[in-house]
Amino acid sequence: MANETTDSKPIDMGPLKSRLADLLSGVALEWSEFRGQTRVICPSGELLKCLNAFKQSGFDQLTDLTAVDLLEYGNVNDRFEVVYCLLNIDSGMRLIAKTYLNEPDLTIPSATSVWFGADWLEREVYDMYGIIFAGHPNFKRLLLPDDFQSFPLRKDYPVKGRGERHNFPVITRAES
Amino acid sequence: MPLELLDSPDLDADKREGLWTLNFGPQHPATHTTLRLVLQLDGEMVIDAEPDIGFLHSGFEKLGEVLDFNQYVTIVDRMNYVSPMANEIAWHHAVEKLLGIELTPRCKYIRTIFAELMRLHDHLLCLGTCVLDLGGATAFMYAFNERETIYEICERASGQRFHTSYTRVGGLLYDVTDDWVKMVKDFVRNFPKVYRDFSGLVMKNRIFVERTRDVGVLSREEAIAGGATGPTARASGVTRDLRRDEPYLAYDDFDFDVCASQGGDCYARFQVRMMEMLESIKIIEQAIDKLPKGPIFAGETGKAGMPDKKEVYRSIEGLIHHFESVMPNRQMPCPKESIYAATESPNGELGYYIVGDGTFRAYRARTRPPSILHFALFSKLIRGCMLSDVAAVLGSINIIAAELDR
Repeated sequence: MANETTDSKPIDMGPLKSRLADLLSGVALEWSEFRGQTRVICPSGELLKCLNAFKQSGFDQLTDLTAVDLLEYGNVNDRFEVVYCLLNIDSGMRLIAKTYLNEPDLTIPSATSVWFGADWLEREVYDMYGIIFAGHPNFKRLLLPDDFQSFPLRKDYPVKGRGERHNFPVITRAES
Repeated sequence: MPLELLDSPDLDADKREGLWTLNFGPQHPATHTTLRLVLQLDGEMVIDAEPDIGFLHSGFEKLGEVLDFNQYVTIVDRMNYVSPMANEIAWHHAVEKLLGIELTPRCKYIRTIFAELMRLHDHLLCLGTCVLDLGGATAFMYAFNERETIYEICERASGQRFHTSYTRVGGLLYDVTDDWVKMVKDFVRNFPKVYRDFSGLVMKNRIFVERTRDVGVLSREEAIAGGATGPTARASGVTRDLRRDEPYLAYDDFDFDVCASQGGDCYARFQVRMMEMLESIKIIEQAIDKLPKGPIFAGETGKAGMPDKKEVYRSIEGLIHHFESVMPNRQMPCPKESIYAATESPNGELGYYIVGDGTFRAYRARTRPPSILHFALFSKLIRGCMLSDVAAVLGSINIIAAELDR
């Protein structure tokens, strides 16, 4: 197996890091890199401040927003990881911002005020993981029925489900 | 309805009087699959629309955590079923980036040709069916006739017309034959003629133009903040194309243009798709002429991927290699890391966020489908349009419910 990678050309992250250090003085950001992709871990308490600072430093598009349940991952202290994939349209620079959450407090601020494209993505994360985005304008499930009880992408939810599908209420023509 | 009302999605109760609600879908010919819209109408004008999705949700991402990197390709196929191979290429692009595999030149070229064929596949369906929804059945037939040829090309390479499952980690299921090369060359030679007919039927059709011009306008700012990508964003003046900006596969070797428009309306989106088809043909033409020889699997001896099926059945080494690559306790190790990698799929940026936990399975296989962000923009696009424009706007952003709901 070769170890060459198919990375795009490296972009100098130095100016961005110093700009963010100015904007976010006092917030501890943890930087890392893998195959040319820059990642940054933000403290969940300062998340909205961080996201606003990212937007100010040129990341004008939220490409993706998702979460990972780290329950069975091993060697980690936190339960949930929320991932923001950001993109600077003009320079093509990408940044992956992460934050960690633990039960019982699964509430983080919504990013809809920063990028309105976060709307459905946040609803999907809630749908699948039960993470609550405070300040979202229309917060409800996206894909699953509103009365669904579980959060299926959590690792403690079985792949075969819990029989919800067989227990869906049947509405007859006379009742409808 | 006075126009200022259109700016506020939250209408006052008294102003809501006189509006009526229309349920559009989930089964409606213009939704193509199962989408549901709840429209608030004033006469025939759409005041607000609320999309309701999830009818096709089938837990693909959960399955991605159970199946290994090669098995899951059969599932990603079924996301955007209009251009199945584009999903496969995107999925294995992300996996290979995570594993650090560099493909062989031949594999890169074949995948590039297929990626562009899939772009034609997708754009032909998008344009063809939208014209059908707007009342023109002829162009639809032209488009589908051409799609049939692409199906045959897929079948020749992989044995399947539709859900090809053709890519493998570090390579492809089978190598292509000279026959296949000839089929692609014939297709490339014939396409411009069909394109001329099709283009004349669609883009110069007065009814089509009048029903799509200035309908569903998306501004550049909205496109960026809303996460629009691909033809939808390029039609609004965002000149971003991953093939040029983050070259993957063999795109660096070819000469092609990024098509964009400033209009932002449905017509501009169709125009961008039409222009992109010609660029795709240009890329295929260059790639098929320069198709390199050599192995299709990466690694010094082709050991990074699956062995050739002929080897498996005819030699002990091939069988051992196959065994090593499919048994869960012997597969290639994967770094305990995460990666986001995206390709330019026909509809926009198709990305995968994969978390590896050391095994040959994804711990988390997130799909970032372009449709979900485009459909979230739908209510913005449709406000102030007429009821009959719903089909035009839906068609122009090409929503594929299977990848939307996964």
